[in-house]
Amino acid sequence: MIAVDVRNLCKTYRVFRKQEGLWPSIKGLFHREHQPVHAVAGVSFQIERGEMVAFLGPNGAGKTTTLKLLAGLIYPTSGVATVLGYVPWQREIAYRRRFALVMGQKNQLWWDLPAQESFRLHKEIYRIDPTDFERRLDELTTLLEVKKLVGQPVRELSLGERMRMELIAALLHRPDVLLLDEPTIGLDVVSQRKVQDFLKQYQQEQRLTVLLTSHYMKDVQALCQRAIIINEGEIKHDGPLAQIVDRFSKFKVIELQFAGESLPGELDRFGEVFDVSFPRAKIRVPRNQVPEILSALLSAFPLEDVGVHDRPLEEAIAEMFTSTRATAPEPAAAVIP
Amino acid sequence: MLASAQTSWFILRTCISERLTYRADFAFATLVRFLPIVTQVFLWSAVYAGNETQRLNGYTYRNMVAYALLVMVGRAFSSMPGLAAGIARDVRDGTIKKYLTQPVDMLAYLFWARVAHKLVYYVVATGPFVLVFYLCRGYFEQTPDLITIAAFAYALALAFLIGFLMECLIGFISFWFLEVSSLIFIFMMINYFLSGHMVPLDWLPGLFQRWPAVQEIARQTMTCLPFQYLAYVPASILLGKLQGHDLAWQLAVGTGWVVLLLAANRLVFNRGVRRYSAFGG
Ligand SMILES: Nc1ncnc2c1ncn2[C@@H]1O[C@H](COP(=O)(O)OP(=O)(O)O)[C@@H](O)[C@H]1O
Ligand SMILES: [Mg+2]
Repeated sequence: MIAVDVRNLCKTYRVFRKQEGLWPSIKGLFHREHQPVHAVAGVSFQIERGEMVAFLGPNGAGKTTTLKLLAGLIYPTSGVATVLGYVPWQREIAYRRRFALVMGQKNQLWWDLPAQESFRLHKEIYRIDPTDFERRLDELTTLLEVKKLVGQPVRELSLGERMRMELIAALLHRPDVLLLDEPTIGLDVVSQRKVQDFLKQYQQEQRLTVLLTSHYMKDVQALCQRAIIINEGEIKHDGPLAQIVDRFSKFKVIELQFAGESLPGELDRFGEVFDVSFPRAKIRVPRNQVPEILSALLSAFPLEDVGVHDRPLEEAIAEMFTSTRATAPEPAAAVIP
Repeated sequence: MLASAQTSWFILRTCISERLTYRADFAFATLVRFLPIVTQVFLWSAVYAGNETQRLNGYTYRNMVAYALLVMVGRAFSSMPGLAAGIARDVRDGTIKKYLTQPVDMLAYLFWARVAHKLVYYVVATGPFVLVFYLCRGYFEQTPDLITIAAFAYALALAFLIGFLMECLIGFISFWFLEVSSLIFIFMMINYFLSGHMVPLDWLPGLFQRWPAVQEIARQTMTCLPFQYLAYVPASILLGKLQGHDLAWQLAVGTGWVVLLLAANRLVFNRGVRRYSAFGG
């Protein structure tokens, strides 16, 4: 059964051009020139009930705009979408009871009150059955390990703890569809992991339909089988995540911390060196050569610490798009399978 | 219906506990609001130069002080500190999303939040109010009868509703213009004059004494505007200046304003959300 059905969705913003100089800005008071920004330009996809899909793309690709459309916060310029059979931007109360939107830092929790009180208010607003509520609250706070913190004013919580409380607030009413915009942005590694583990477990148990945007490769890899890649408002890829990782991440980054007095020379025979600040340096190397290069590095230099990282997916994708646009005659052809 | 009453009650409760987190600041602000009454007493005693029997536009010195005290009561119901600015902030920083994605009605939510705000205020302010009125009991000429008291209570409810709805309306204008602080300022200025906060409203037409036609129009207009319900109407009811047919008429017009403002709020909110949604949320 299809939970989210998006067909040819377009959202064009009008941005007003700032006028330079006195006379043009006076004229601008009466007649402002604007130009269109095609934030979402003909997007179509379907998501099955119980599927968890990652929505990826560089900054400004149109991810947040798409989520806002699906949450009914904005009207499309053209196209149609239904979520659970509802047209989101009609904002029917029945629809509002069945989905939740979590947008990064924008909190639905009361800042000065303990999260518990916000939760109780949600219980009333969403008319959650009292015993059901207690059980779910207990379950969610246990899973997210914030049981002890629910009585503390939200403003005293760390970003990571607050985000976990936001997730609880979003899930208490047992939504069928969850829209997550950058759920782990700005979180420390521990919180990131907790949120990931939680989402994975919870989503599988509840057969929740989730659409999540993120630019942490780790999030996406840990959580989703399928990814939709969007750039400049258009879908560039929609398919299994495995394909994307191979396709877009041909390189890895080796991060080195040297033990010596100064940076050794001739580093660049191992790969492309960037972001050097002694005693640290990063080298970009082809994925398939990581083991050889790593052992060569270890034997060549005295090292304090070594790390191998995936490049941020967003960065990889962005680079991919700029390079295809610069070289290939048909930019999309290289990406769409 | 019952379920919705329960939701309202919960919104109310949550807002009350939120207000209470700042109780020290709140108690202080409440007490500071009593200071102007002292200056008022001095001001009017200077104006009347201690002449107890002199009348200015039909008000004796004691009438004036009583009026000032009652205006303070009216404004305890009608003033809505931070309401419009708060709505504008919610629109600007995106908090408004909460009201558009959760199954709540923003206006009802704001209403219960404001009721909570006021209730907490009354708890803190009732003591000082009783004390001030006790000390100033000499300024009141007659004890009001039951009908007057009932009408006064109704007028205070109107003061609250009209004050609330007018500020919300201004707040919702932020859907069009993100910055509404100058609008709020203009509104407060107009409010200061036309609510009878500065001087009793029936003094103002006197400004146009030289042009009787204008004076009559000004008088007629002022008795139709909603601003008078924020301070002047409740005060003049308790002073016995509004009675019988006139009283009933004023209260009916006030009720009409509540209905009209409510409809206007609904309309502006729906339009505003539509515009907000078109522009990108
Ligand atoms: N309210 C708005 N008004 C005008 N332009 C906007 C608005 N919101 C987003 N945009 C523009 O639309 C494009 C897509 O933005 P967004 O959906 O936020 O991207 P993403 O979330 O993928 O980073 C960007 O170019 C952005 O500048
Ligand atoms: Mg975004």
